[in-house]
Amino acid sequence: MGTHPHDRRQFLALTAAVAAAPLLSACGAGFGGDDKKSDGSAADDVTGSFDWRREKGTTVKALLNKHPYTDALVADLKSFTEQTGIKVEYDVFPEDNYFDKLTVDLSSGRASYDVFMLGAYMVWQYGPPNWLEDLGPWMRNSSATAAEWDQADFFPNLLQADQWSLKAGAPLGQGGQYALPWGWETNVVAYNTEVFGKLGLKPAETFDELRELAGVIKKKAPGAGYDGMYGIAVRGSRSWATIHPGFMTMYARNGLRDFTVDGGKLTPAMNTPEAVAFTEDWAGMVKQGGPPSWTSYTWYQCSSDLGAKKAGMLFDADTAAYFQAVDGASPASGKIAFHPGPKGPDGSLATNMWIWSLGMNAKSRRKSASWLFLQWATGKEHLRKGAITHNHIDPVRQSISQDAAYKDKMRHLPGFIETFETVVDQTKIQFTPQAQFFDATTSWAAALQEIYGGQGAKSVLDDLAGDLADKVG
Amino acid sequence: MGWRLALRPYLLIVPALLLTCGILYPFGLGLYYTLFDFSASKPQPDMVRFENYATVFTQEAFWNSAWVTVLYAVGAAAVETVLGVAVALLLHRSSLVGRILEKILILPLMIAPVIAAIMWKLMLQPSVGVVNHLLKPFGLGGVQWTDTPTGALLSSIAVDVWVYTPFVAILALAGLRSLPTSPFEAAAVDGAGWWYTFRRLTLPMLWPYVLVAVIFRFMDSLKVFDIIYALTEGGPGDSTVVLQIRAYLEAIRFQRYSFGISYTIVLWAVVYLAAMVLVRHLGRIQRRAAEVVK
Repeated sequence: MGTHPHDRRQFLALTAAVAAAPLLSACGAGFGGDDKKSDGSAADDVTGSFDWRREKGTTVKALLNKHPYTDALVADLKSFTEQTGIKVEYDVFPEDNYFDKLTVDLSSGRASYDVFMLGAYMVWQYGPPNWLEDLGPWMRNSSATAAEWDQADFFPNLLQADQWSLKAGAPLGQGGQYALPWGWETNVVAYNTEVFGKLGLKPAETFDELRELAGVIKKKAPGAGYDGMYGIAVRGSRSWATIHPGFMTMYARNGLRDFTVDGGKLTPAMNTPEAVAFTEDWAGMVKQGGPPSWTSYTWYQCSSDLGAKKAGMLFDADTAAYFQAVDGASPASGKIAFHPGPKGPDGSLATNMWIWSLGMNAKSRRKSASWLFLQWATGKEHLRKGAITHNHIDPVRQSISQDAAYKDKMRHLPGFIETFETVVDQTKIQFTPQAQFFDATTSWAAALQEIYGGQGAKSVLDDLAGDLADKVG
Repeated sequence: MGWRLALRPYLLIVPALLLTCGILYPFGLGLYYTLFDFSASKPQPDMVRFENYATVFTQEAFWNSAWVTVLYAVGAAAVETVLGVAVALLLHRSSLVGRILEKILILPLMIAPVIAAIMWKLMLQPSVGVVNHLLKPFGLGGVQWTDTPTGALLSSIAVDVWVYTPFVAILALAGLRSLPTSPFEAAAVDGAGWWYTFRRLTLPMLWPYVLVAVIFRFMDSLKVFDIIYALTEGGPGDSTVVLQIRAYLEAIRFQRYSFGISYTIVLWAVVYLAAMVLVRHLGRIQRRAAEVVK
């Protein structure tokens, strides 16, 4: 038997070697991240007198979430380019997949985007792997930062919310400044004045009153001409976003914490007897007076229901109600009023907040131009324009919140300014900063759904606390 | 000349080899990453060998997700097969109506599953959804379709069935149209009834086509993500968190990359084993169908 010129074993060996080559090279390729932190900041390279046109001709790439704040920014971008000579290219993604896109981009280390929108909670996730530029050195460098930018004008709690030492459990307001507040939301109660008037109701001052009120509206409103109306719209989907607005606000007003911190060790506290009782009451309120199909409710459904006169009250971001309340925005326009919401047993109006912030990619190759953009976007001039001519509210700057034109614009919304001024000093991030925030709050939302579905609050929250203790402890 | 001749077969397989490498490279890299504790908070990870897999298999969440995944895949594939074959038989009998309905039937397949899920989410909304509106006259207007664990799972399966039953029906219809006519003519001459003919001739000869559809649908359903995520996000509680959703949450949302990839590797192994068993079964069915034709 003659030998075939293409011996099968020889062939297999060769092809296997070729196929294995990329795998082997991958083994030596290392991982995408980089935990090496450079000692100096690129901000130190900027010297001389401040000049807005220092980076003219540069193009900055921005990743933005579809939002009214973004609309206000995009509408004003021309002014930035005229002022600085810097062009801004941007991509806008809907909120559903915005953070996945941002996370994947940052984790790849490619620096496709120089600047981006993020929430203050994302600092806890993106900060530890050094994906975010520490903006502190830029803010402190007078060659890089215009005198009129006026850091002291920001509400201090907002600036502090984007500042962290990257240590789990360490309070905010210390360490690097990983983002700048750009627009924010307090979590308060908005209600339909027409329904309240017809049924002779008043906004609730305590949590017990709120629960009762929600049930009364659901029971009586349909008979008063509001077909299908229920009492209170709150989020319920299996997402971290369910926990942070109304639920966390009321939780904090009851003096409750998500974790206790002792010597740097975090212990879940959502299963303390007080927390269990509160969670049971919250789930009970949703059952008695909440929306049908609550487990799928995001801010969008909550906000829409208030606007469509399907919900008598909304306990969520003030902006979620504002966008329904402005003239012509919804059937409930002109009939929505604002109230700080129920006080805690000790009169607390502790309020949780969401801050849309702007951050810079630590791997950006255009940091100086990016910083000019961040300064401009968080500066007084653009934010004032956004607040007055667009819907960029709540203002992160004290001067704008007190601006006569802004107040004039907001005055026609009953209770908006008063509510804002009542809660602003007690509004801060009520969560304990830690990198597993999204896991913890997603699991918390799932637990809330299980309790709503009839499972015992104590056992569900004990399981949750046990699971989280392993992850964050 | 000799070396050119020797090289020719290797050159011929270069495109296939490149394609294989393109598939194997990310797979191998993923497999390699599962041996580390790579996460956003630990970008320079340590080798942990098989600890990720050990954690996966000892987690209650994994077994819950595996169970939900199997329930979903078996439920969706079974209902789609029965309905798909039934629809194919109906279309095969009535030629004019069949030809018109065939065109309409394919429409759900032209809609991206995630769009279909969002559409159904709106239609199943208890207060403003069209489904409850239609059920209202029968006293069933208050159904909370996705608020309970069972309801959420059944609703997800129902959306899957709506999207993919036409796929099974079209495969089965193609199979029916390709069956030889002589066995049926012989059966008719012998006076065999419809049920006898269906049971003894149609079904055995159609089985290979049906099984191909089952293999596709079962594999796809094991890997489901889009329909469930858009409809329930895995809720209420953990009741519809299938393995793909768990992997997505771990790897993308919670940024525990190595751990998340371990979930996908386990899912790959499950799909691979299921495919092996079903394909082996398909061979036997094909041989049996050939015997019936003879």
